Order: sequence, then C-alpha cells, then structure tokens
Amino acid sequence: MSTTQTRAGATRRPSTATRRQHRAAYLFVLPFFVVFVAMLVVPLVYSGYLSLFERRLIGGESFVGLANYLRAFGDPNFWGGLGRVATFLVVQVPIMLGLALFFALALDSGRARGSRSARLLIFMPYAVPAVIATLMWGYLYGPDFGPLAQIARAVGFGTPDFLSPQSILGSMMNIVTWEFVGYNMIIMYAALRAIPAELYEAAEIDGAGQFRTAWSIKIPAIRPAIILTVIFSVIGSFQLFNEPSLLNAVAPDAISNSFTPNYYAYNLAFINQELNYASAIAFLLGLVIAVVSYVVQLGEQRRERRERKGTA
Amino acid sequence: MTSLETRAIVTGRTPRGRRRPRPYTPQRRRSWLLTIVLWACVAYFLLPLWWLTVASTKDTSALFSSFGLWFAPEFSFFDNLADLFTTRGGLFSRWMLNTVLYAGVSAIGATLLAAMAGYAFAKYRFPGSSALFSITLGAIMIPLTALALPTYLLFSRAGLTDTPWSIIIPSLVSPFGVYLMRVYAADAIPDSLIEAARMDGAGEFRIFWQVGLRLMGPGLVTVFLFSLVGTWNNYFLPLIMLNSSELYPITVGLAQLQAAASAGGGSQAVFSTVITGSFVSILPLVIAFLFLQRYWQSGLGTGGVKG
Repeated sequence: MSTTQTRAGATRRPSTATRRQHRAAYLFVLPFFVVFVAMLVVPLVYSGYLSLFERRLIGGESFVGLANYLRAFGDPNFWGGLGRVATFLVVQVPIMLGLALFFALALDSGRARGSRSARLLIFMPYAVPAVIATLMWGYLYGPDFGPLAQIARAVGFGTPDFLSPQSILGSMMNIVTWEFVGYNMIIMYAALRAIPAELYEAAEIDGAGQFRTAWSIKIPAIRPAIILTVIFSVIGSFQLFNEPSLLNAVAPDAISNSFTPNYYAYNLAFINQELNYASAIAFLLGLVIAVVSYVVQLGEQRRERRERKGTA
Repeated sequence: MTSLETRAIVTGRTPRGRRRPRPYTPQRRRSWLLTIVLWACVAYFLLPLWWLTVASTKDTSALFSSFGLWFAPEFSFFDNLADLFTTRGGLFSRWMLNTVLYAGVSAIGATLLAAMAGYAFAKYRFPGSSALFSITLGAIMIPLTALALPTYLLFSRAGLTDTPWSIIIPSLVSPFGVYLMRVYAADAIPDSLIEAARMDGAGEFRIFWQVGLRLMGPGLVTVFLFSLVGTWNNYFLPLIMLNSSELYPITVGLAQLQAAASAGGGSQAVFSTVITGSFVSILPLVIAFLFLQRYWQSGLGTGGVKG
C-alpha cells in the first residue's frame, strides 16, 4: 500500500496523510483494546495476584507465595477433575470432530438428497443454550419417564442408567457432542467451499475417486480450519461447567463438587469461600489450556514445514 | 437445483477472482446410502428437540404416564404457557426480556468493536499493528474460567455486580470476532475504493462508516450472531454475577426453576413449566438462525476459516 512506500521514502517523518491514517487506525482499534485490557488483562493479572495470598479466619490476608499452587499439586480433587476432562478430551473431541468432518465432506460432495436442510438441522442444536440442552438430556436420560429408558424397556433391554457414576461422563460426552457437532461442521464446510476448483480438476484428470479426493485434497486443504476446531474443543473441554453443575441436580451421587476443575474452582470460590485457592486453580487450568493449545499449534506448524520441505 | 443455489450463497462474492465457484459436474450422482446415513444422523440431532416440542404439550402427570416421543391424549400446551407466564408473578417474561437486552446490547457492541478493530488491522499499516493483532489472536485461547472469578471480584469492588453491566461489559470482548472481521474486511473491501474515497476528500471515519461497514455486511451478521449466541447461552457469568432473580437471564432462571422442581417434593407441577419455558426460550434463536442463514453462512464462507 502507499503508506509503506511513503514511510520507506521519508524514514524520519511520515507525511501528514500517513500520520492522519495512523491516527485513524489507532482510534479504530482503541475501543476494542480498552475493553480488552479491562476485561482480559486486568482480571488475569488480578487473578495471578490473588492466587499468591491466603485468607485466614484469624490474621486476615497474608502473602503465601506459591503455597496455593503447591496445594493444588497435592490435591487429589484437582487431579481427579483434570483427569476427567482429559478423558473427555481424548474420547469426545475425536468423535465430535470426526462426525463434523464426515458431515462436512458428505454435504460438500453433494451426493446426498436434501443436504441443504440436513446442514441446517445438524447445526440447530448450537442455537440451544447448553443449560437447556443439559436439562433436556437430563429428562431424556431419566429412568422413569425418559423416552430412552421407555424404548429400552419396550425392546426388553431393561432400564439403562445413564446417570450412574460409571456412565455419567459418557452421558455428558453425548450432550456436548450433540451441541457442537454442527458448529464444527459449519466451520469445516465453509473451508471446503473455499477450495479452489482447479485442485479438483487436476484430481479428476488423475482419475481420483471420491474418497481419494477427500483424503488427499479436501482434508489437507482445510487443515487450518480443522486445527481451529481442535483448539476451540480443547478450550471447551477443559472448561466444562454447565453440564456437571446442572446434571448435579438429577444425579447428585454421580457428580462430586470437583467433577471438573472449573466446577471445582466455582465451588471453592462460592461455596467454600476459598477465593485465593480457587484463583490458583483457575490460573493453573488456564495454564494447562494454553500449553495444550500451544502444543497443538506447534505440532501443526512442524507438520506443515515438514511437508513443505517434502514437496520442495 | 439446490446444490447450485447453495454454492452461490455460500461462496458468495469471489474477490479478486481467487476463489472461483466450482463448476457443476454432472457425473456427481446422488448416493442413496449417503442420504440414508446422513438423515439417520439428522434424526439424532432432532430427537431431543422433537421430545421438547411434544413434552411442552403435556401436563406433569401426562409427562410421567405417556410415551415420551408422542403426544398425550390431552393437549395442555396453552395451559402450560399460561402457567409459565404467571409463575412467580410473571418472572419468566422478565427473564426473556433480560436475555434479549443483555444479548442484544452485547452483540451490537461486540460487533461494532470487532468491526472497527478488524477493519483497521486489514486496511491500515500502522506501527504496532502486528503485535496488537498477535495479542488478540493469543487471547482467543484464554479460558473464561481464569477470568470469571477475578472479574467478579473486580466488579464487586466497583459495585457493578448484580447489575446488567456485569453481564454486558465482559461480553463486549470478542477476539475471534476481530480475527473474523479482519479476514473478511481484507477480502471484501477493495483498497482502490478506499483510495478513491480519500481522493474525494472523505475522512477516514466516514470511509469506514459509509464504505467499509456496508461491504462488511455478511461478516457483521456472522460476528453479531455468534456474539448473540455467546451471551444468550452464557450461564456461568450471570450465575456468579447476579443475585436478584429479576435480573436473571433465561438460562439462570430456568436452571433455578429446574433445581426447585427436582428438589421439591410438593412442587412437581413445575416440571411442565420448566419444559415449556425451555421450549419457548429456544424459539427466538432458532428463528434468527433460520432467517439469517444466507448471511452468516456467506460470512463464514468468505472469510472465517483461512489459516
């Protein structure tokens, strides 16, 4: 653009026009960054600060350094919750994203009838609040008048208990899958639509079939979109809160107050009044999410580089 | 026919000829197997919503005595509706209004902030822009969890908890929205148009308002809808911020009704109210998505997903 040229030409003093544009640009980003700093940066710093203190009944607040973090490292409740969300991540996310990818490819191939309506209907659950989705599935899972149990009984399978301690995590995975397959599908589908037509022509000339085209052209071409959905899912899984907190009402025995780290932090802060320890848990959880998301991206970048080298 | 139409809608404009719409290839035949598998899966996604629709027409005793996926002999939808809007002095309508207010105001604000910032990142080269943009991208990864608690404490010091502001202000930040708007603006607004407007003597702000915003239409709808859903569906933030039930959004209100229903031995009638309330409360968003689909889908299709 012309601005860069002007800057290169007169390094010492940008022209008035350029300066005016810079000023305009800063004014455009300013409102966002004011709220950004106030609502993201300040709370984050404050949370880090709080996590270094401890409040005692006698003596008030005192600086304890990393004691809260040390306590978290030795806290089986924290590890238990982290283990559950890790299981969730390893089991539910591949299923959800695999389904989303399958739907996106199926819709993109144009080989199914009514694919336009199908796309909208699969996406619809995303518009349903997690609270209502959880309430709904809570009723559907119900052993008495839940239709799933009714059907199972009618077929002669007995009454399945979706809300037992053994099956509650799986039941939760089903709820989250139901809610978010469509959202991820739309992201992948939009990316598929943006693949340039030339790539397909080349593949057609080489005689590639549907599956071959999907595997060798479509999936690699939308990898950035897939990575985006992976990162969003990592963040989402670690933050699980709505589902455990609401299912707790219908399955109190199956869900402990530390079922997920987020739910644990909430209970620590608002039930136990342990704000400082809760801050430490929330901060640690944020750190875990950042690290895992970063590793996902790093793996992707490395892979991309390797492949670029391979083709060069 | 439909596939051609869809393609036109989703691919939308083809900026700078980089993305050509795919030519329709006649050898692309329909597959019955794929159709059946796909629609069987659609059934899974619809089943809970079908159940909710059916259940909202039953009174509590029919809820327990009839088959869940089909209607009961008596049709109690309107009785349920009447109950819903009179329970606790009509608190439900208050919750709906609150939700519309919180979600509407936050989504408009978030979209505007994201559009301005995204436009600036796409169309100006200014010192620090790449650093600021990287920070924004990094913020997409910050979990709400780490923020909700300290935000609550800060707000409570400022006396802002238990006010609508405690929901609206935190919902104004949408780093992903900025990212989407940047990608979208880069594609949809030609530099030459901005230059031409400058030649005509238009100020930068006027160019943004009259040229930029208009061309960013579908992108704006996308960001608006996703922020709207974000705030509409939020449960955690209002749960910790609000104490007075007149200020609750629908999510917290219904969750509280449900908790009362499952806990209370005598208050069983509330089950049908909770179910009807859930049904009524999901209608606005579902309708919004149906009506605005061509805009948000083209918004995502054009810009949303480049790496």
